[in-house]
Amino acid sequence: MPTVHFTSQLERFLPAPSVDVGPAAATLGAALAAVFTDHPALQSYILDDQGALRRHVAVFVAGKPARDREKLTDPVGPDEEIHVFQALSGG
Amino acid sequence: MSDLLQVATRKGLFEIARKTGGWDIVASHFLGDPISAVLTIDGMTLAAPDLGHFGPKLWRRDTKGTWSEMAMPTFPEKPDDADDDPHPWTLGRIWNFTPGGVPGRLYAGTMPGGLFRSDDLGETWSLVESLWLHPDRKKWFGVAGGEQPGLSSVLVDPRDPAHVTVGVSTGGVWATRDEGKTWSVINKGMTNEYMPPDQQGDPIPQDIHQLAQCPAAPDVMWCQHHSAVFRSTDGGENWVMVTAAKPTGFGFAVQAHPTDGQTAWFVPAEKDERRIPKDGKLVVSRTRDGGKTFDVLSKGLPQRHAYDLVYRHALAVDGTGERLAFGSTSGGMWISEDAGDSWTALDARLPPVAAVRFA
Repeated sequence: MPTVHFTSQLERFLPAPSVDVGPAAATLGAALAAVFTDHPALQSYILDDQGALRRHVAVFVAGKPARDREKLTDPVGPDEEIHVFQALSGG
Repeated sequence: MSDLLQVATRKGLFEIARKTGGWDIVASHFLGDPISAVLTIDGMTLAAPDLGHFGPKLWRRDTKGTWSEMAMPTFPEKPDDADDDPHPWTLGRIWNFTPGGVPGRLYAGTMPGGLFRSDDLGETWSLVESLWLHPDRKKWFGVAGGEQPGLSSVLVDPRDPAHVTVGVSTGGVWATRDEGKTWSVINKGMTNEYMPPDQQGDPIPQDIHQLAQCPAAPDVMWCQHHSAVFRSTDGGENWVMVTAAKPTGFGFAVQAHPTDGQTAWFVPAEKDERRIPKDGKLVVSRTRDGGKTFDVLSKGLPQRHAYDLVYRHALAVDGTGERLAFGSTSGGMWISEDAGDSWTALDARLPPVAAVRFA
């Protein structure tokens, strides 16, 4: 089943474990929603008020950058890995 | 008289207390994270970490000293027919907190221009939709430091909490007298230098850097506008340009005296296109006669090669009008205990300062 992994940088703020999301999670949106069911506080760190990926959050599905950052429709295969990172930036 | 300052910076929240021998940092919180707003009320402190990657956040410290993350102010789902709205329906930054004048009530001014209200000291928030859905709100536009409009100031009339005035950068001055059911733009008399000549007096394109209100004489309001200083004596309906402001009329911060409607403080910068203290000398300007004349206060402030800019929420006055404090973009922090006549530098090199408040 797909697994969602989060950058360890999130652990500064709240628990962000890797989560196996079950075979029904066929899209990026469904996979993240499955994570947020058990970890609701994580949602606002990853998604904005309209449910899109935050601008400076980078998400890879099976090694490729997520293409649909607004509706999260990228397909997710049964055993694929999703990685959530923070985008590179200065400051 | 307040003995505690809270300073929101680019890399944490600092608490500075008056001790024997002077003011000193006594606590730090959220070290490393940008804090965009802070407020202490009823023994609780709200702080808004503005995490670069993971978005704006809201934390509250309870009366026992324990910090907890709270639900954020959140915009509703953007309707399908809102495609002509140039601004996102997503919280960009919590820019300021203001007590709402009744127990438990708070306002949060935000980017992209949403005003949020809480009636439980920040546990839950709702968007003031009457303002957000006003058709002229789409005409607001972005400010320096962000591409989004920002609700820079919220003034709650101490005589009547249903009367709320907000300043928008850029979008003019708006007021409600019926607790937010209806809003109107009210800033007659303001003009600017950055619009085409036939639009310079229009109400909406006025860039309200900051509004201040005299609590004891609430009809007296001051505005540090992008193009000048303005003053109103009728609750913001009509404004008069304060041409005597010196050394310049440009700046971001303004504070009104708590009891004297004739007195206000500003931290001027050279001008829009050179945002540095004039001649590299950091000064505070003060009027005590309603803007007819100004004192330029420099005792204790750096007078050579000072390039400190003071943001709009980074100048504070306490309830007596005797103590003031401000922090700068260069991390300087100065405190006065004589209404600005003289200043003492805090012995610290802070991160760039976003907001300063007396607790």
